[in-house]
Amino acid sequence: MKITGLIVTILVGGLLIYAAADFPAWSDPNSPASTYLSPHFIEKTMEETSVPNIVTAVLADYRSFDTMFETTVIFSAGVAVFILLRTFRRKEPEARHYRHVLTGVTMRIKEGKLPPSDDFERIDTLWTPPDLIIKTVCRLLIPFIQIFGLYVIAHGHHSPGGGFQGGVILGASIIVLAISHNLRTVVKRMSEKLDAVLCAVGVLIYAGTGALCLLLGLNFMDYSALASVLFVDPIMARSHGILIVEIGVGIAVMCTMVWIYSNVSSRGRYEQGL
Amino acid sequence: MSHNYPALIVVVPLLSALVISVAGWVNKRLCFPIAFAALAVAAYSSVGLLFRVLDEGVIVYKLGGWDPPMGIAYYVDHLNGLVLTVVSVVALLNLIASKKSIEEEFPEKTGPFYTLYILMVTGLLGIVVTGDAFNLYVLLEIAALTGYGLLAMGEERAPLASLNYLYMGTIGACFYLLGVGYLYIVTGSLNMVDIAGILPSLYQSKAVLAAFIICMVGVWLKMAFFPLHAWLPNAYTYAPSAASSLIAPLVTKVMIYVMIRLILTVFTPEFSFNVLAVSDAIVWLAVIAVVMGAILALAERNNLKKMLTYIIVAEVGYMVGGAWLGNRTGMTGAILHIVNDALMTLCVFLVVGNIVYKVKGAGFDDLKGLFRKMPFTMGAFVVGAISMIGVPPTCGFFSKWYLISGAIQAGHYGFMVALLFSSLVNVVLFFRVFEICYYEPFSDHHGHGHDHHPEPMDEAPLSMLVPLYVVGAILVLVGLYTGDIVDQIIQFAIPKGLV
Amino acid sequence: MSDLISIIVANYNYWIYITLMMIGLYAMIAKNNLVKKIVGMNIFQTAIILFYVSIGVKKGATIPILQHGHGHGAHTVVHAVDYVNPLPHVLMLTAIVVGVATLGVALALAIRVYDRYNTLEEDELLAQIREK
Repeated sequence: MKITGLIVTILVGGLLIYAAADFPAWSDPNSPASTYLSPHFIEKTMEETSVPNIVTAVLADYRSFDTMFETTVIFSAGVAVFILLRTFRRKEPEARHYRHVLTGVTMRIKEGKLPPSDDFERIDTLWTPPDLIIKTVCRLLIPFIQIFGLYVIAHGHHSPGGGFQGGVILGASIIVLAISHNLRTVVKRMSEKLDAVLCAVGVLIYAGTGALCLLLGLNFMDYSALASVLFVDPIMARSHGILIVEIGVGIAVMCTMVWIYSNVSSRGRYEQGL
Repeated sequence: MSHNYPALIVVVPLLSALVISVAGWVNKRLCFPIAFAALAVAAYSSVGLLFRVLDEGVIVYKLGGWDPPMGIAYYVDHLNGLVLTVVSVVALLNLIASKKSIEEEFPEKTGPFYTLYILMVTGLLGIVVTGDAFNLYVLLEIAALTGYGLLAMGEERAPLASLNYLYMGTIGACFYLLGVGYLYIVTGSLNMVDIAGILPSLYQSKAVLAAFIICMVGVWLKMAFFPLHAWLPNAYTYAPSAASSLIAPLVTKVMIYVMIRLILTVFTPEFSFNVLAVSDAIVWLAVIAVVMGAILALAERNNLKKMLTYIIVAEVGYMVGGAWLGNRTGMTGAILHIVNDALMTLCVFLVVGNIVYKVKGAGFDDLKGLFRKMPFTMGAFVVGAISMIGVPPTCGFFSKWYLISGAIQAGHYGFMVALLFSSLVNVVLFFRVFEICYYEPFSDHHGHGHDHHPEPMDEAPLSMLVPLYVVGAILVLVGLYTGDIVDQIIQFAIPKGLV
Repeated sequence: MSDLISIIVANYNYWIYITLMMIGLYAMIAKNNLVKKIVGMNIFQTAIILFYVSIGVKKGATIPILQHGHGHGAHTVVHAVDYVNPLPHVLMLTAIVVGVATLGVALALAIRVYDRYNTLEEDELLAQIREK
């Protein structure tokens, strides 16, 4: 296999080097890529969509159809990981472990019985106490991470950012919680069902916005149709339309990240993972 | 509403996949009706679209209302109108036929399974309808990722086979993406028609040549063209029957469509056949693919499903060869064979699905006495088999006829011989299967020969038989109306420059 | 000679992307461990991202976000030469997302394989399959 690999690699590399000789010089302002479509995007975006961040405008308006499927790709991956790994109806262990939250006393209780008071939380056999410093620092940081994530989504029109970046930051804040505490802590705050439904809802917000434009009489994803619903002029409607779909993207990406992480880290058992 | 058909074809399945995903958590019984409705709408719009194309010619749909090179546009012409219809009809029939086996095999995961199923169909339809080179890549990845998930749900070796498919598929898709990047760096555009307009002045550029080679290799990897086919047999064999009878007929055929689209629209026949002097070499590669596919199928003596996957490898060779013969007849044969092969493969894989549903296996040992046990299923299998062999009036004969006449017209007798050889091998393959299914119980080697009672009839449920017979009827109907399909549709799908 | 060297030095981005791509491709074909193949796949995809981003670079230009978009000076004329090409950035955002999605599915498949065979080494897997 090593020799096949080497031969294939060298062939591909040789072809690519051969072709690179005909490329326009790197960073040349007069290359075809920089002179054909991009001047239009750079010069006209502001008057056509009223969004100063050209990348956001091209992403969520000119090529919004690509981006819709990009969100769908993430969603498909979430569903695929779920269907591959999630195991239901695993035989419940005979005894469960519970831990008293305040004192840290751990109890083993037979199946069918409940812990003596509400101060107990259920833990898995592999449970290890989270480190106090890591736990505290993460608790302090998570709210700020989440506010930053919301800022990145909302401010995508004016600065680098947008739904994907903000969604990943929000997802990371929840994954940090799962790593510093455990998966049960996360599931208690955000159940698996909620997570899975929100993934679909996020993409649905995106595709639904497009379909709404279609129902309002213009082409699919033509946000200027939203002008009559949002009571703004068609140009501003494009800007608002971009914000709506970015929010959808943010929700979808955040939830899918958490969904994939939970399934992969616990091998689909939704227990203490890693 | 009819001017929105191009968008509806893709958007309705997408929205319903999302709704199914939510419904799967609420009430599992809602999933199938939604999926059925979505594919029915998609099939209805694609048939409507095909008729509109026949009336009006090429339809352009601007997504987001932006003009083509700026935004993304859908171009529907005779070629993809036809393929769209095939994809949506095949997906719909298979959905109905697979309902029982999906609900039996995945009682807890029906929601996600239908979600992936519909998303996969969305991806395939999108690949066919789009007019933007980069948009095609994104949809390719949707079809691929959902495919990995669906295929890996099968027997024990399925995840490994699917992981190997993932490596090869990712290399293929990345090569395609790289090729698009090369086209972008020299033309500055991503729209297929636009690229085709700019390219003529760049025919001598090394970057365009490299883009062509990389795109082709990527697409070949995805369609399992012979030396790059290693992922296909295992991935399809161990998959659940609902997934394999969706993926086997459609994925390779849609990739052939992409190849033909690249040849005809993006790089133009002028560049593909005249400027590059490679068509002869590629036809010889196709000859090797056909012959090797036939030999590998002949060598497979354990599993019916695996034997059929090797036939797919040979059929891919048919279509690649036909497209690269460089004449009108060969191209007609290749396009017609996309339609026919999708239907034939669906027919035989549905039969395998029925057998697996009843007998719990598709090994040659499981087939004994099936003609008595499942006469209706086997009847449909005979129709599918004679179509794959190429006996008139089934459709398989007519596309082979066009391919062989194309080969003679191009003076490429090697390809003609390979086609005839593969047809003969198909005769041997299918009659070997018939023999096992018909005679085996009499040559019983378990010792209780004479007092062997023929097994009682135990046929698959009606919901699996009806779609199967619809496919069988379509096989004959397409065969009978081949002349009309060629004259009314395929004739206009091939640019006039190609003679 | 110095011409050639200056061309090679000027286009260094392309050479780096080709090298990365070859590393990734080699790892995917030749490595024995399934997770190493996944790592190779990621390097391979990253190489393509580097290639696309290199297309967008323009000498003397800044990031494609208009200054003074709203408010003061909102109507100043925008010159295309001042901003880099936004399109490759948009495309690569998509490719990054696709890469992450593929990685997730690949890891899930690898976990399934490991659960079944207790190994991720390809030769050991093949030996186990052949035994049966």
